[in-house]
Amino acid sequence: MTELLLEPFTYQYMVKAIWVCALVGGTCAFLSSYLMLKGWSLIGDALGHSIVPGVALAYLLGLPYAIGAFFAGLLAAFSMAVIKQKTKLREDAVIGLIFTTFFAVGLLLVSINPTSVNIQGIILGNILAISDYDIMQVVIISVVCLCVLALKWKDFLVVFFDEGHARSIGLPVQILQVVFFTLLSAATVAALQTVGACLVIAMVVTPGATAYLLTDKFGRLVFIAILLGSITSALGAYLSYFLNANPGGLIVTIQTVLFLAAFLCAPKHGVLHARRAIRRLKKEAVHG
Amino acid sequence: MTDMIELNNVGVTYPNGHTALQNVSGHLHSGKICGLVGVNGAGKSTLFKAIMGFVKPTTGAVKIMGQDVRAALKENRVSYVPQTEEVDWNFPVLVDDVVMMGRYGRMGFLRRPSKADKQAVDEALERVGMRAYKKRQIGELSGGQKKRVFVARALAQGGQIILLDEPFTGVDIKTEESLIALFRSLAAEGCLILVSTHNLGSVPHFCDEVMLINKDLLAYGPVETTFTEDNLARAFGGMLRHHQLIGREIHDDEDARGVTVLTDDERPLVFYGEHGGKKITKHDTQDDRSNQDD
Repeated sequence: MTELLLEPFTYQYMVKAIWVCALVGGTCAFLSSYLMLKGWSLIGDALGHSIVPGVALAYLLGLPYAIGAFFAGLLAAFSMAVIKQKTKLREDAVIGLIFTTFFAVGLLLVSINPTSVNIQGIILGNILAISDYDIMQVVIISVVCLCVLALKWKDFLVVFFDEGHARSIGLPVQILQVVFFTLLSAATVAALQTVGACLVIAMVVTPGATAYLLTDKFGRLVFIAILLGSITSALGAYLSYFLNANPGGLIVTIQTVLFLAAFLCAPKHGVLHARRAIRRLKKEAVHG
Repeated sequence: MTDMIELNNVGVTYPNGHTALQNVSGHLHSGKICGLVGVNGAGKSTLFKAIMGFVKPTTGAVKIMGQDVRAALKENRVSYVPQTEEVDWNFPVLVDDVVMMGRYGRMGFLRRPSKADKQAVDEALERVGMRAYKKRQIGELSGGQKKRVFVARALAQGGQIILLDEPFTGVDIKTEESLIALFRSLAAEGCLILVSTHNLGSVPHFCDEVMLINKDLLAYGPVETTFTEDNLARAFGGMLRHHQLIGREIHDDEDARGVTVLTDDERPLVFYGEHGGKKITKHDTQDDRSNQDD
């Protein structure tokens, strides 16, 4: 039995997949703690889809895919900001408009040049077949993101919680915002490899949302989110060996199961706790 | 009494061509509570934004204690207490986390609080009477308590200039009284407190000076001489409820005095005296207050 459970670790590609997933999962989870608080969760989705043409172009030109993806992501974020500022369109409309456009361009590029890119690898992720070169890109991105966030998480918190106050204490608000979205673009590029463009959104929303139900203190929320993100990602990659399943799908499914568990059983914000509290109050009202 | 904020011909025109503010000049001094009064859209919040460096004046300049806005903010000269509606109360932060944010500007690169920072947070919370609520999530507080937490953050920050945006909206009378007492003592310690409000009734009771704006600066000076019915009429046009009771309507004798009530919301402003009370009497005592309450 133990032998069977340890079997995935005898394959180098599985070991790599597991720790790379954990790293990326943790990075995305850190970002998710901020995104879901600001109602920006869909921006993660938009960026995930928007980088597809960048990846396609990078492959066509023989550049590292991360560079193409990153610039496509920045371009998408920038166009969203400009359109939002210049028109009175609502955010959801702007996001929907931009990311479908980018995604369509990406599909178009790939369909014109079918041999050069494995589009399924981009859309669904392909962590089990990841090359060492790609691993290096993912690791660099994740480590840089994690370092910047770990050093400056409090500054980002102030900027997102109360911009006015952030300015009044002399923080460079605009720079911090640009840095955050740059990190987000970079992290979605990394997540693309593990879960694919379609499921990036889950990686940058679910861990934070689950942690939100479990605590009222932001520092703890970040910690829980990172723990959830990296463990579920590693577990998903590990289990995919036995189920012969797509790791991305597994990772996100596990994350959702944990979210449901928190939704029901969380100590303060859970549904069951609320029920118990109401029942207790009713009882007290009857007896007292 | 030193110059805290210097406004030199400040004007703000937004990129869409809308001019929100023009030709605003004035020197605001330490030790004063100054009310910034005007209708919605008169440029109150734009003036705040200019003082906070959110918007750059298209004409003129703002100086804070002789410095540029940016440099002054770096030195934590200005504290800002936002409107209650501007804050996301679902944010997973506790009361003492919020107050600690007031200290960030004084901390090092990693924002690790020192003993002095923790002490400043406790003292600030003590001063607004919220120490017992330190570990509450901010959304669990009442309207008055919420406001007090953000005032505590301003105290912890230790700026000599405190900007308050509609501080009494959604706040119970008891909190309002204690906040007013607190602001008075801060002014006595040499702070400048600038309050934007449309709550006219609290102005004579609370402010030393008043600035009436409607794009332009209409009037600026001590409450006694500036906060008059004529000036208010210019600032608000026909946008206030206006009740006047003169002579016979309230007296049985030949007394010519009358009462004028101006209000746009909860607390009316009351003028009383000869000719419907053209001159204002400054209210400072509790007794006067109770007469004003509706």
